[in-house]
Amino acid sequence: MSDLVNVTRAELAKLVRRPAAWVLLAAAITLDQVFGFVIPYLSYKNGSGGAMTDGESPAQLLAGTLPAQVITNTTAAFPVFAGALALVLGALVAGNEFTGGTLKTLLTQGPRRASVFGGQLLALVTAVGVGVLALFLTCAASALGIALVEDQAVGWPSIGDLAAGLGSGWLVMAMWASLGAVFGVVLRSVALPIGLGVVWILGIENLISAVARTSLTALQPLRDLLPGVSSGSLISSVLPVQIGPLPPGVQSTVSGERGLATVAAYAVVAALTVVVVGRRRDVSA
Amino acid sequence: MTGSDPVVELRDLTKKYGQLAAVDGVNLTVHRGEVFGFLGPNGAGKTTTLRMLLGLIRPTSGDAAVLGVRPGDPDALRRIGSLIEGPGFYPYLTGRTNLRTMARYAGVPASNVGPALEAVGLADRAGDKFGTYSLGMKQRLGVAAALLKDPELVILDEPTNGLDPQGMRDMRELIVDLGRQGRTVILSSHLMGEVQQICERVAVIDRGRIVREGTVEQLRGDTELELVATPSDVAVATLRALSFVDDVRTEAGCLLVKVGTRHTAEITRALVHAGVAVTGVRRTERELEDVFFDLTTHEDKELSHV
Repeated sequence: MSDLVNVTRAELAKLVRRPAAWVLLAAAITLDQVFGFVIPYLSYKNGSGGAMTDGESPAQLLAGTLPAQVITNTTAAFPVFAGALALVLGALVAGNEFTGGTLKTLLTQGPRRASVFGGQLLALVTAVGVGVLALFLTCAASALGIALVEDQAVGWPSIGDLAAGLGSGWLVMAMWASLGAVFGVVLRSVALPIGLGVVWILGIENLISAVARTSLTALQPLRDLLPGVSSGSLISSVLPVQIGPLPPGVQSTVSGERGLATVAAYAVVAALTVVVVGRRRDVSA
Repeated sequence: MTGSDPVVELRDLTKKYGQLAAVDGVNLTVHRGEVFGFLGPNGAGKTTTLRMLLGLIRPTSGDAAVLGVRPGDPDALRRIGSLIEGPGFYPYLTGRTNLRTMARYAGVPASNVGPALEAVGLADRAGDKFGTYSLGMKQRLGVAAALLKDPELVILDEPTNGLDPQGMRDMRELIVDLGRQGRTVILSSHLMGEVQQICERVAVIDRGRIVREGTVEQLRGDTELELVATPSDVAVATLRALSFVDDVRTEAGCLLVKVGTRHTAEITRALVHAGVAVTGVRRTERELEDVFFDLTTHEDKELSHV
């Protein structure tokens, strides 16, 4: 147990100093801010909707940026775009140990392999949790700022709604990060896992969903098990009443409970795969 | 001081990748307190063997015990310091932070970091990022990481790679010191002079098999005496009659006699007694490098038979 604690602490210290982790967090914050606040607010100020805002009225645009919608603005990108960034982080953390030759240095220090890979995963999901919190705080700051500037009422979601939203968001991001780590450990590299993972999230899932919805409905049971579809359904189930259209990837294809169970199952299977494969692998680099 | 209890014992250790045997039935024993040289050309199986000792690679067959337990046992690993095939550290961390990370992994106090950095002469650059280090500095940090745990067994794979002459000398002295402190050291190196100076016993591995093992003196073998003596036919007959002479051959007008060094005086005495005029005597010793090339240079041998 002390091995696991030592490794997790060491990995967190590494992550804090890892420039790539900050770049990814900055990218996620930028995504949230640009699509959650900057574009809607500028469109509102211009008095028009347009293609980027799906024809919403100015009043709807403003309402979508206020504190009541902070959960939506924080977590809407998690199933797809921010999820892709979490996957990149997972692949970086796990794959770099193989390509950088650092894994041999770590393993020869003495901790059990299960502790090494388990500790790396624990640090990864902890970092993802901190990232989710940072996203929430920046979104909350922007929402509060807009409410004050526009002289709107400041009404936050209830603590329960916040906990459900952020908890679900963290689970979705942790799942993507763990899947990135699986790719990193299985493929023992960084570039290929990132490439494959991003193509999967941004392309293949959408293709399968589209085909299952239109021409090949027999694929729907498979579609309902996809990680992106499941996380979109989970996030959709914890959002407050929607003012405008749901963001890309956030739709209730399956029930929230089923989405939660599937996402949790992916996260657990991913974690077990990392530990089992990591324990058995020859470290020859 | 070399003890008799084995620290490393390998029995028929084999690692195959498909049909290729990277390590093929290696038997080896390293005793406590020894500074042991592990030699071999590139691709001979040195690093694969060392990785198996550390549990990084699983053997295909055979048995291995390191510090009395199977390789990779966490308790044993905490008593082993190692640098295998180049240092692996995080380029975005400083040298000191890299070692602190390793100290956390090893479960040793962070206070061990300073002395380890001092031991390899890297204390003044410990605050710089690893990515900015020269190859020699990276190598020193690798050795510092090996020393963090105050190890009983130190396994160093090419520790002088990238070091300048002063750095190589410092590293040699450090390894000798480790031996003097009673630690067992396994040193893999291409630098024969280095091994000859530092190591008590060596093993030569080639194409996955141990082709020679023994003390440095045993490997270097008997001294050769180079004699200029006339008449040479009488000299050859006289020398061949001596029981302690192993071999006599003639090369470029000289007689080359393979013999123990303590017999030099007896040889000259016998020749003079036989009426041979000895006008030159030179002692030639084989270097470890010559032995190494004899054992491992296959292409040259094959060509010489064509």
